[in-house]
Amino acid sequence: MNKPIIATTSLAGCFGCHMSILDIDDKILELIELVDFNKSPITDIKKFTRTVDIGIIEGGCCNSENIHILKYFRDNCKTLVSLGECAIMGGLPAMRNNIPIEECLKEAYLDGPSTHNPEGIMPNDEELPILLNKVYPCHEIVKIDYFLPGCPPRADLIWDALTALVTGEEMKLEYGVFKYD
Amino acid sequence: MDNQIKNITNKYLNSKHRLMDIFHDIQKKSGYISENDIKSISELLNISSVDVIQTLSFYHFFKKKENAKYNIYINESIVAQMYGHKRILQAFENATKTKLNSISADGNFGLYSTSDIGMGDQEPAAIINGVIFPKITTYRVKEIIKEFRKGKSAQDLVNSFGDGHNQDNLIRSMVSNNLNRRGRVIFSGYNSEDALDIIVDKTPEEILHVIKESNIRGRGGAGFPIGLKWQYCRQATGKTKYIVCNADEGEPGTFKDRVLLTELPKRVIVGMIIAAYAVGASKGIIYLRKEYDYLIPYLKNSLTEAEKNNLLGESIKGRKGFNFDIRIQLGGGAYVCGEETALLESCEGKRGEPRNRPPFPIEKGFLDNPTVINNVESLCAIPKIICKGAEWYRSLGTKQSSGTKLLSISGDVLYPGVFEVEWGMTIKDIIDMAGGLDTKAVQVGGPSGKLISKKEFSRRIAYEDLSTGGAIIVFNKTRNILDIVMNFTKFFIDESCGSCAPCRYLTVILKNKLQKIIDGKGVENDLLELKEWGKKMKIANRCGLGQSAANPILTSLENFRSDYEDAVQSDKKYISSFDLEKSILAGAKAASRFPAV
Ligand SMILES: Cc1cc2nc3c(=O)[nH]c(=O)nc-3n(C[C@H](O)[C@H](O)[C@H](O)COP(=O)(O)O)c2cc1C
Ligand code: SF4
Ligand code: SF4
Repeated sequence: MNKPIIATTSLAGCFGCHMSILDIDDKILELIELVDFNKSPITDIKKFTRTVDIGIIEGGCCNSENIHILKYFRDNCKTLVSLGECAIMGGLPAMRNNIPIEECLKEAYLDGPSTHNPEGIMPNDEELPILLNKVYPCHEIVKIDYFLPGCPPRADLIWDALTALVTGEEMKLEYGVFKYD
Repeated sequence: MDNQIKNITNKYLNSKHRLMDIFHDIQKKSGYISENDIKSISELLNISSVDVIQTLSFYHFFKKKENAKYNIYINESIVAQMYGHKRILQAFENATKTKLNSISADGNFGLYSTSDIGMGDQEPAAIINGVIFPKITTYRVKEIIKEFRKGKSAQDLVNSFGDGHNQDNLIRSMVSNNLNRRGRVIFSGYNSEDALDIIVDKTPEEILHVIKESNIRGRGGAGFPIGLKWQYCRQATGKTKYIVCNADEGEPGTFKDRVLLTELPKRVIVGMIIAAYAVGASKGIIYLRKEYDYLIPYLKNSLTEAEKNNLLGESIKGRKGFNFDIRIQLGGGAYVCGEETALLESCEGKRGEPRNRPPFPIEKGFLDNPTVINNVESLCAIPKIICKGAEWYRSLGTKQSSGTKLLSISGDVLYPGVFEVEWGMTIKDIIDMAGGLDTKAVQVGGPSGKLISKKEFSRRIAYEDLSTGGAIIVFNKTRNILDIVMNFTKFFIDESCGSCAPCRYLTVILKNKLQKIIDGKGVENDLLELKEWGKKMKIANRCGLGQSAANPILTSLENFRSDYEDAVQSDKKYISSFDLEKSILAGAKAASRFPAV
């Protein structure tokens, strides 16, 4: 049997969820035995080179590029997993959702106490993605198959979920793995 | 410091527990409660200004900013919607040149929406500067605004009086009772004062015994046995005990308490006095919803009359040691304050956030004193039971549901109004009684109750079958079930106190999902999720509001499944309602970029 292929990405996230993937410590060696990685910050592969089995998404969608990448993942992954609070709910970035985007930009680039921007220019290079009116959870943009909660989700939860997905066996979901207080 | 504020707080002995009254008085004088007022209040009552603000901001009729000269609150309940709320809102917008939720440029008109105001039998209705305008038409809107522009007051525009005591000099309101059917208990002819002559010759225990034997249960919705509640309170330790009459009547579709307070205030008061005697209480409070404050002069007069006749005050009916008085506490516009512990918080001058129970109010209620809270209708039924006896009362209704029930019937019926019927009546008979035609659905017990379809019309209203607080909203075959459910779901979102996470946000998620389905972007899985998530609401919230907030969705999914199935796209597994072009508009504009996506 071919090894299952995994791809990962970080959208509007802090990379904490990716750190948690790495946090499975020496099991990462076991993981490498079990699976191959395709497009991912871990491999630095930029474009999918083939259809993959599992796509793991960290972070929600805060700009137009996030949307494109998320759709790109959906088109190229058989199973898509939202990893962590930001992907599932929007998380910390979604705190801006109650503030109009103009105000956010003004505070960041014009009025902030530590801002030095005498010409009053807003970032407007064409290369830059455009901010969305609010931060969206991934499942509102594309179909997400599984959700792994936590900020970040614990390494053993990620490990259990991945092995369950890869082996097709039912996942052990012990209370302690997703108890947060 | 402002002397006016000083006089007001002095009137309430500078007690922080009278914060609601203080706000009402200030707002009456100056239209709103200013930053300075907040500072003065906090100094005079010796509480932090944050404490003042948190009560102030909780109730939607209190204003922190300058108000318009005329504040127009338009009822957005489902029945108002059915009777043309949208048209009326538009007419107001056009006539005042104002958008909803704003104040006109000249400062004359403020336009707002408000949850059900207890006028389901005379929609569409609005409250303007405290005056109720029922049955508004677009013609009337133009007329009202034209007269306002000439400087007339809202009271000046009262152009007819409703029936019954609505014509009383102390009320003079356009509201009608629409009392369509009198029954043998509440609206029967007798002198309730006779009940007081009977009780003073008996012991409190004997009275408790009669009430327990009568099997009467609370009429506010939950149906707790009244005799038992009184007995527990009697047994609780505490020097001062309280009887609270719950006249918050906020459940959309109910308006019977309004009619009781208009027609039979004395019976309600006598009911409270009997409760006080049985429980050993010396203080009473009537918690009146803000929407009904046009009844205050009249109710106050009823209390004064009762005092004059020695029904209230000291040594009532000559019985030494039997002292009881009643005050009215006005709410500030919050449905959740009908929940008994939220009501107590509000009476204490705080935000209307429900408490954890236990302890129950009978042990620790108003200011931690043992307190009985009963619905207006519950109390109003009591004198008759005393006069006619428990056995007679039990002969009415069904085995587990003795006596009569007031129904507030509205919606698609020829004769909306209040009906007193014996428990045990079928829904079909109820529809026929009120003149419902081509009925498709009936909401029994308001939004927190059930939406039932034809196949359940043979069920009976009774605690052993369909229990209800009495709100019956009838929908004919032209009505869209999903629109109805949406209206109810929004109601719960607006009225949640925000304390419990699921009640605060799951309701919004459910609403968005419902909107997605209404917009034609729903899939089968959305229905499953509505159901699964809706069920969680029952177990994960503190009070009845959150626990029943998903009831409209859950009961309609069960009884009107095909309405949902017709609305979803059954051939698709997933549809997103996200629109990239729309969602980058604001961001692009803010950065002066106008790209193609
Ligand atoms: C959200 C909510 C709103 C309520 N509103 C009212 C109300 O407006 N009037 C009322 O009598 N009971 C209302 N209740 C029920 C009260 O908590 C309480 O059970 C009732 O006043 C007790 O009186 P009863 O036993 O005479 O019915 C409400 C309950 C909840 C959870
Ligand atoms: S969920 Fe937490 S760890 Fe993961 S991206 Fe968001 S903030 Fe970072
Ligand atoms: S269920 Fe809702 S209304 Fe009730 S206490 Fe919780 S948040 Fe407040």
